[in-house]
Amino acid sequence: MSVIYMTISISLLLALGFLVAFIWSVRTGQFEDDYSPSVRMLYDNKDEPQSTDTVMEQEDNDK
Amino acid sequence: MAIEKFKYDNQLTKCFAYATLVWGLTAMLIGLTAAFEILWPQVDLGLEWLTFGRLRPLHTNAAIFAFVGNGIFTAIYYSTPRLLKTPMWSPKLGKINFWGWQLVIVLAAITLPLGITTSKEYAELEWPIDILITIVWVVFGLNLIMTMVHRRTKHIYVAIWFYIATFVTVAVLHLGNSMELPVSFFKSYSLYAGASDALVQWWYGHNAVAFFLTTPMLGLMYYFVPKVSNRPIYSYKLSIIHFWSLIFLYIWAGPHHLLYQALPDWAQALGVTFSVALIAPSWGGMINGLLTLRGAWDKVKEDPILKLFVVGVTAYGMSTFEGPMLSLKTVNAISHFTDWTIAHVHVGTLGWNGMLIFGMLYWLVPRIFNTKLYSVSLANIHFWLATLGLLFFVIPLYFAGFTQALMWKEFTADGYLQYPNFLDTYLNIRPMHMWRALGGTLYLTGAIIAVINIVKTVKSGTFVRFEEDEAEVEVAHNAEDKGWLGHRTLEGKPLAFTFWVLIVIIIGGLVEFIPQFIQVSNKIETEEGYAIQKPYTPLELAGRDIYISEGCYNCHSQMIRPFRSEVERYGDYSKPGEYIYDHPFQWGSRRTGPDLFREGEKGGKQNRPNAWHYEHLMNPRKTNVQSIMPAYPWMATKDIDMDIIPAKIRAMQTLGVPYPDGYDKIAVEKLKAQAKVIGDDLRASGIKVDDNKQIIALIAYLQRLGSDRSGTNDVDKYISLK
Repeated sequence: MSVIYMTISISLLLALGFLVAFIWSVRTGQFEDDYSPSVRMLYDNKDEPQSTDTVMEQEDNDK
Repeated sequence: MAIEKFKYDNQLTKCFAYATLVWGLTAMLIGLTAAFEILWPQVDLGLEWLTFGRLRPLHTNAAIFAFVGNGIFTAIYYSTPRLLKTPMWSPKLGKINFWGWQLVIVLAAITLPLGITTSKEYAELEWPIDILITIVWVVFGLNLIMTMVHRRTKHIYVAIWFYIATFVTVAVLHLGNSMELPVSFFKSYSLYAGASDALVQWWYGHNAVAFFLTTPMLGLMYYFVPKVSNRPIYSYKLSIIHFWSLIFLYIWAGPHHLLYQALPDWAQALGVTFSVALIAPSWGGMINGLLTLRGAWDKVKEDPILKLFVVGVTAYGMSTFEGPMLSLKTVNAISHFTDWTIAHVHVGTLGWNGMLIFGMLYWLVPRIFNTKLYSVSLANIHFWLATLGLLFFVIPLYFAGFTQALMWKEFTADGYLQYPNFLDTYLNIRPMHMWRALGGTLYLTGAIIAVINIVKTVKSGTFVRFEEDEAEVEVAHNAEDKGWLGHRTLEGKPLAFTFWVLIVIIIGGLVEFIPQFIQVSNKIETEEGYAIQKPYTPLELAGRDIYISEGCYNCHSQMIRPFRSEVERYGDYSKPGEYIYDHPFQWGSRRTGPDLFREGEKGGKQNRPNAWHYEHLMNPRKTNVQSIMPAYPWMATKDIDMDIIPAKIRAMQTLGVPYPDGYDKIAVEKLKAQAKVIGDDLRASGIKVDDNKQIIALIAYLQRLGSDRSGTNDVDKYISLK
């Protein structure tokens, strides 16, 4: 059972590592724009979305 | 910043799309043949290359790596350049990726029917092909990462994250599970044995499902569902969260394939816990896909592509709900070794993989051929055939799985097994297997219609090899990203991103492997095993390799779980120490036939005379007229390969199996001595057979199975120097 002390401490370290990574990623602005990438991928030069309106409407609704 | 013009090359997309269709039909046709073989074993035409044990691995490999594999390459080679606003980095590497992958598939199609196999499910291909796969995979990954490095967009869209996770994890899994010691060009032994081999195999097996059939498909979903419906993904935030949680959790889930089996309890508990947790990120993906279509359901009503996507994503949700449920020990006690598992995987492959891939092709092929889909109504017919085929396939199998499991466990009032004859439990579910074959036929018919539709579409258009595009250059290389941990490192720098993905996916595997491997090397769990277990005799080893080569593990388990019903039916339950010399393990995953682990225990419940085994292998219908096992008459005419025996013994010694020094020199002699005893016994029963035939070796192996613990064998004289 003594192995549990080792596993718990490793788990806590791991969790702490993930927490630090998360805080760092928020601070460095990685979550600042979580919307435009989803819309940008719809636009290609050759085949513009057939009805750009629907995307724009959607955008307005979400705001 | 400057606006640049560039061209996308559609050549590889086209090639992969064609390959997807060709291999898709092939995989389904092989699967259907196997389904009919279970109903009527004569369907194999008495040809050794077509027996169920050899076709089933061919079917699974073709469906996973040939059909879905080419499908995801189609998606990746089409979407990656468009998302990153740059052509693929190297057309030459792309070409190597394409032809290399097709070569792997052709080699699989040749070697598996010939019985050249490692017997590790979905990793059956032998070591030279494993090396080829590694090269092709590195070529693919290099091209993908270098394309990211040369991208024009700053942000990397989430679909690509899933592609990267696919590349990294499949590479790790493939290398980890394919560690094998070659004996000859066509034969190798797994470096791991018994419980450790099982743990590594199902770490691989489960994550082949996760990182070959799921993450690239999620990438495909995140590109094509928004594109086809012309709406942004429901929540980009959700896609980020479920990406990281999915890849972290998935890798731990492997041990849920080994519940109640000879694996330490803590590993089983970890597998169950993480499997249950997996429902959250999995459903995050499903919800994100389905809700993208919110407010667009009028489009879904008319567009067969969206219909395929909706049913496909729903099937993903269903199978990822079912997965955690099947991982609960109480449910698994019923579901494991039954058709429930087969139903579960086909919801995933026919539903999630198949429907998304066909939907993608219906959208993509007209675009690269500058035309319209030949027939929307044919696509609708395909959609309905596929959906009905899926339902007719899986629903009867749920009933079959449940029914058979309950029959296995049923006792009479007096405490005897209600159905002591295993075959009775099979015959009862046979009608359900007929429905399954009907379901498969419908699905294949739909796929044939799809291929016709796509061929007609191709003929009505002209191939657009290069598509022009222009984009602003947002990534100033070397300029703003200062240092390794600079701004937007995590998403922005492809190599750092790849590195972080590697860290996240490797944790689960390490936590599960290290204690197991330390335990084994300390001989704690297996102390008893080292005291009792003896190495296989050369004849048994040859027989074991025939057992592997014929794919017996596809229908017979060698793992008695500690249930009263199983101990009553098969004998004492399996202990980890009994498998320490099994390179590779042969625990199996489905009992189409009975478990064989105590087959060799003299006076045991399963033990039978040599002559019975001979007659049964020559023609199973002779010992039971309703048997569905294939006949193996060629085993009585094919010789045991004696020349390779010393090399096999030496390989086993290298792997730590304690044959005495210099034993390899007398191994053939010992083999012949043991074969003569069995041959004499058979001849005494009036059977005409020579000692050097394969059937003798296989009988020797079967008569050894599980007998060391009870000490009911006399093999010591065949494994000592005297």
